[in-house]
This record gives sequence, C-alpha cells and structure tokens, in this order.
Amino acid sequence: MTATATKDARPEASAPTQLTMAGALNAALRDAMTADDRVIVYGEDVGPLGGVFRITDGLQAEFGDERIWDSPLAESGIIGTAIGMAMYGMRPVVEMQFDAFSYPAFEQMVSHVAKMRNRTKGRVTLPMVVRIPCAGAIGGVEHHSDSSESYWASTPGLTVVMPSNPADAYSMLREAIESDDPVVFMEPKSRYWSKAPIALPVTTAPMDRAEVVRTGDDVTLLAYGPTVRTALDAAEAAAAEGLSIEVVDLRSLSPFDDETVGASVRKTSRAAVIHEAAQFGGYGAEVAARVTERNFHHLAAPVLRIAGFDIPYPSPKLEEHQLPTPDRILAALDTWEWDA
Amino acid sequence: MSHHGCMSLNVEHAPTRTLPSEKPLRLLDNAGHAVTGHATGGFSLPDTETLLGLYRKMVVARRFDVQVTALTKQGRLATYPSAYGQEACEIGAVASLDRVDWLFPTYRDSIALLTRGIAPADILQSFRGDWHNGYDQNEFRTAAQATPLATQALHAVGLAHAARLRRDPIVALTFLGDGATSEGDAHEAFNFAAVWQTPTVFVVQNNQFAISVPLERQTRAATLADKAVGYGMPGFHVDGNDVAAMYAITHAAVERARAGGGPTLIEGVTYRIEPHTNSDDPSRYRAARDVEHWKRRDPIERLEKYLVSEGALTETLRAEITDEAEELAAATREVMTAEAELDPLELFDHVYARPRAALAEQRAALAAELAAAGTHQEDAR
Repeated sequence: MTATATKDARPEASAPTQLTMAGALNAALRDAMTADDRVIVYGEDVGPLGGVFRITDGLQAEFGDERIWDSPLAESGIIGTAIGMAMYGMRPVVEMQFDAFSYPAFEQMVSHVAKMRNRTKGRVTLPMVVRIPCAGAIGGVEHHSDSSESYWASTPGLTVVMPSNPADAYSMLREAIESDDPVVFMEPKSRYWSKAPIALPVTTAPMDRAEVVRTGDDVTLLAYGPTVRTALDAAEAAAAEGLSIEVVDLRSLSPFDDETVGASVRKTSRAAVIHEAAQFGGYGAEVAARVTERNFHHLAAPVLRIAGFDIPYPSPKLEEHQLPTPDRILAALDTWEWDA
Repeated sequence: MSHHGCMSLNVEHAPTRTLPSEKPLRLLDNAGHAVTGHATGGFSLPDTETLLGLYRKMVVARRFDVQVTALTKQGRLATYPSAYGQEACEIGAVASLDRVDWLFPTYRDSIALLTRGIAPADILQSFRGDWHNGYDQNEFRTAAQATPLATQALHAVGLAHAARLRRDPIVALTFLGDGATSEGDAHEAFNFAAVWQTPTVFVVQNNQFAISVPLERQTRAATLADKAVGYGMPGFHVDGNDVAAMYAITHAAVERARAGGGPTLIEGVTYRIEPHTNSDDPSRYRAARDVEHWKRRDPIERLEKYLVSEGALTETLRAEITDEAEELAAATREVMTAEAELDPLELFDHVYARPRAALAEQRAALAAELAAAGTHQEDAR
C-alpha cells in the first residue's frame, strides 16, 4: 500500500435518487475509501456482516480485509489501536456498535484522542473518525438507546457532529474523514432509514456550521440528530395555529455555531433546545446558557430545555414517554408568557 | 476475503502454547559469570563490543537518573519517577531497536528516552511542568510518555499494524509495569496484537511494586510472562537485572516481529530501588532490607564484573565513560536550572487543527488579562 492521498476526488454528481441515511453513510465510506487509501475501517461486525446497521454493507467485498475488517470485540482496543494507526498516517474510521458500548473506550477517548495534538504541540494529530450509532426510538433493549453526546462534547480536543438527514450524513462523514482533527461522528439510529432524494456526491454546509432548516419569526427551536424531525413536525403543527417557528439543526455539537444560532434567536427572541438525552447536565444546558449569555437582551423569555427525563433510558414499551414529541414541545412553548 | 476474518498478512503458524521458564532466563549471573545450559533458554551472550555499548549506556543513564532525582529534591522538577535499578530492562530493551522502530514508553522510562537520543531538557519538560510532552515524537520515533497505565500498549499495537499494512518492516516496542498488567488495556493490547499478528514487543518491567502494592496483590499467575500463553504468543520470563539477557531476548523478539512472526511478551524481573516518585514514602510498605537485597543485585555492577573479568573494561575506558556521564549530568543541571520561557497564550494554539472561534475569544480574554497585569507583551497574533 502506498500512502497517497487524493483529496477532492469526488466523482461527477449522479442523478438524484432516494437514499436512506444508512445508504448515504455507506456511500460516503465507499467514496472516501476510493479517494484515499489511508482510509481504513474496522470495528465489531463491520466485515462480512456489514455492521449491525449495515452501514459498511459490501465494503469488505469491494476493498478487501486490509482496508476493512472485523476487530476483536473490545472498544478500548479499537480506539487505542486507531490512535496508533493515525500516528502512522492512516485515517482510521472505527465503529462503536451502539453508543452505550463506547464507554469502555472512554479513557482512550478523553485521555489520548482528545489530548494528543495539544500535548505534542501539534506535532502529532489524530485524523480519525469514531462513528457512534446513537440515541433511541428503535425499540432497543437496555444499553442500546443511550445519548452520550454530552460526554464527548464537554471534552476539549474532540470535534462532535451529528447529522439529521441523508445528505448531511454523506457530506459530513466525508468532511470528518478528511479532517485532521479527531471527530466523534454520531449517527441517530432512528433516522438511519429516513429517505431523501440525493445526487451523490453531495456537499452540504461545512460540518462545523448549524443550519436553519425551516424559517420562522416567533420561536427558534434548536435541535440536532433525531430531534430535528420532531422539531420540524412541531413547527408544522404550530403553523396551523398561527405560530411561526424557526428550526435550527445544530449539526455540530462541538464546536457550537454561536453565529447561526445567535442570528436566529435575536430574530425570534425566543428559543428552546430539544434533545433525547436526560436534561440534567445535558447538552441543552450548555446551549441554554450560551444562548442566554450572548443574547440576553434580545430574549423575551427564558431559554427552555425540552429533553428526556432524568432517568435511565426506558425499556422499549415505555420509551415513547421519554422522547420529546411535537405535542410536548408545543406544550412547553405554552408555558412562556406570550403577552409580555 | 477470508471467511475466518483473518488478515491475509497472517503468517500461517500454530499459536504458541509453550509456558515460559519457571526461573528467569539469564546469561550472566549476579557474580558476573557467564551462565551456560538450560538457564539461558538457548540464547547466546552478546559479543563484548555490544556489552560494552550497553554498559556505557547504563552508566550514563544511571548518572542522569541520579542527577534528575537530586534536581527534583531541589524543587527543579514537579515530579520524577526514577528507574534506578531498572537500567538493564530499560537499556537492554531499547538498545535492541533500530532507528526506524517505535518506542511507546511510560512515565518511568525517561532513561530509555535518553538512550534514544532525546535531549535531557526535552525529556524533562513534562516533569518540570512546562508542557505535557517536550520532544518531537516523529523525529525520535518515540511516543509521548504515557501516564494512564497500559493505554500506550494499544497505540503500539495500532502503529505496528499500520506499518505492517504498508509492508514497512517496523517494530513497535512498549514498556509496561507489573501493575499495568492488571489493566483492561493490557489485555486488549496483548489480544489485538496476537490476533492481528502485529510486530509488537511488550516489555513488562516487573519491579515488584505498583506504587505501594506488591505483585502478589496484582496477579495469581506464577509469572507475568505466563499470561502470553493465553493470547497465543511467546512469553519470556527474564532476569531483568541481566542486561545481556534482556538485550538478547528482546532483540530476538524484535527481529522475529520484523520478519512477520508476530508479538512477544517479555517479563523482566527487576526492582524499583527508589520511591515511586519523590512524593512517595516506601517505608510504609516495604522493608529497607529488601531494598538492600536488591541493591546487591545491581545490574550495572553485574555487567561490570563480567567485562573486567574479560579484560574488556579498562581503566581508561571506565574513566572515559565516567567523564561522559558527568558531562551529561552537568549539562542536565545547567538546562534544568534555567527557567524556560513559557507563553500562556500557547495554551490555545494546539488543541485543534481547525481554528475555533470560541478558543480565539478565550485566548483574547487571557491576553487582555495578561496585558492588564503587565506580565505579557500585547499579543500581535
């Protein structure tokens, strides 16, 4: 193998086809592996099986088992070895099978992946991507529906992104693989089978930017990953009642796009952040604090958090009660004093 | 594509099931006599020139170690984990590497870094508290000294595997302590290395204590080298105060790995003469007579006896080596006495390759604080 990188080798755009997020991620991996032979993929069941969510479907047959292979079943081992491979110039893209299964790798992530560049004064950087299927709403049994984003996002040195739709999934994964910084790439499991018409290769907004995905005048809903769809549904329902809701897809959890979010909040003067993870100490706490600190004098009401209850993630038959819904979002907005 | 999930690079051979020797392998006994027969494990004593080179490196390394411990007691360093007494493990292992090979050291392995050619000031930058790592890892093919136990072993396995995928004949050697073998990452590293057949050499320095906790509270295994059998790789139980054995056996493991033969686990049985660090009090957990016992098994004296008996270590050469060691000690004193210029604003500069607005804001805030306090030139960046 030679260590040649061919950046920007994306082929000509094809005609739009219906693509799921899972299909878009698969295409992004295939195109990245084709464009750059330093890109290697490994993890649990990513080989012949194609991953439990089939994100790596067909890739081992196409690229061989020196580019993509099944590792022993040990998450710290997967991340720890990826560090060594990145030090040698590879661009490992490794999979944590479910986000609750990433916890054995926590030490490697926070003590090494996050800190390597800083401790070596930039002489060693780790261009690696850690893919983490995340969040719930798939009827998963215990330990299969966690939302771990705030652990990663609160760790300096990690870049944390979460796409909410197939086009972003493709574009952001390509960008994450090309990034010289280590990226925690979180994939909302419940959106894997959502479809959109896409002409590959698609390039959407840079992965460190939030995006306004629906414009509105009265309220800004700040959502990411699985809750973007929920927020859009809430906005649609509210429109029928005469409430104009703007929805911002945060996309990047670290860094946080203060500019895009601030512009929206200053326009609407009201904001709520929505996530599946438990509320206490969750990512929404940081969002609410930042938005308030930077936009207090433009706000007509306190920033709300519409989040999971502060309980361990429920069993499949009870999980619907944990998840933010359009009704729960609109009910929360009703708690504001609208006449003030 | 293999249906067994095996890497196509794998050499087809049966997993190793041979138990390491019950007694540590040695090539020189404590009196400096060459050992023959079964106790050598079939390894040969390195030639005299090689042994003289190892002797020189060990003497220089010990002088450095003693000097740094003294500087630490004077308050010049925040902390220093000494490797006094472990020179045979440290130097014997590192001397077996080529320049192209990688070393993944721990905090205790500063003298191994010295042996790789890294300057004292750069080795000690982290222990002085100036920055977390002070040398160019790529130039010296030496990773930053790891503090979280056993974590670096996985990095060594990953780098070795990447080199193998590229068909580069490079070996990665990592040091572990006896305590670190209890960590999950040690297990994962041994297993990944064996399954992937990576060119990795694990050198476990069994210095008997993990800070205060003795080996019998870490493991029920008869030897730490025995653990290798469960992973399907060769394990060697070695007298870690015999540099001839440590060098010969590590060198064989390194060359075996380079040739595609896979990983090896080597346990060097040695002793930590000094406290864990300057903030430790060993009188609370071990007897002074135990330390004295091990001081009588000094690795440098052992080799010296042999080299003198062979007529290889002349007074002239001994004086030359002493001079070299004293020069290094003086240079170390000098650089460690001078205060380094530190720029607090550099704290923000290396966290991410891609600049972040939030860090730029925080950097500007610190710059303003420093300017207001008059402690820093206004930053032009």
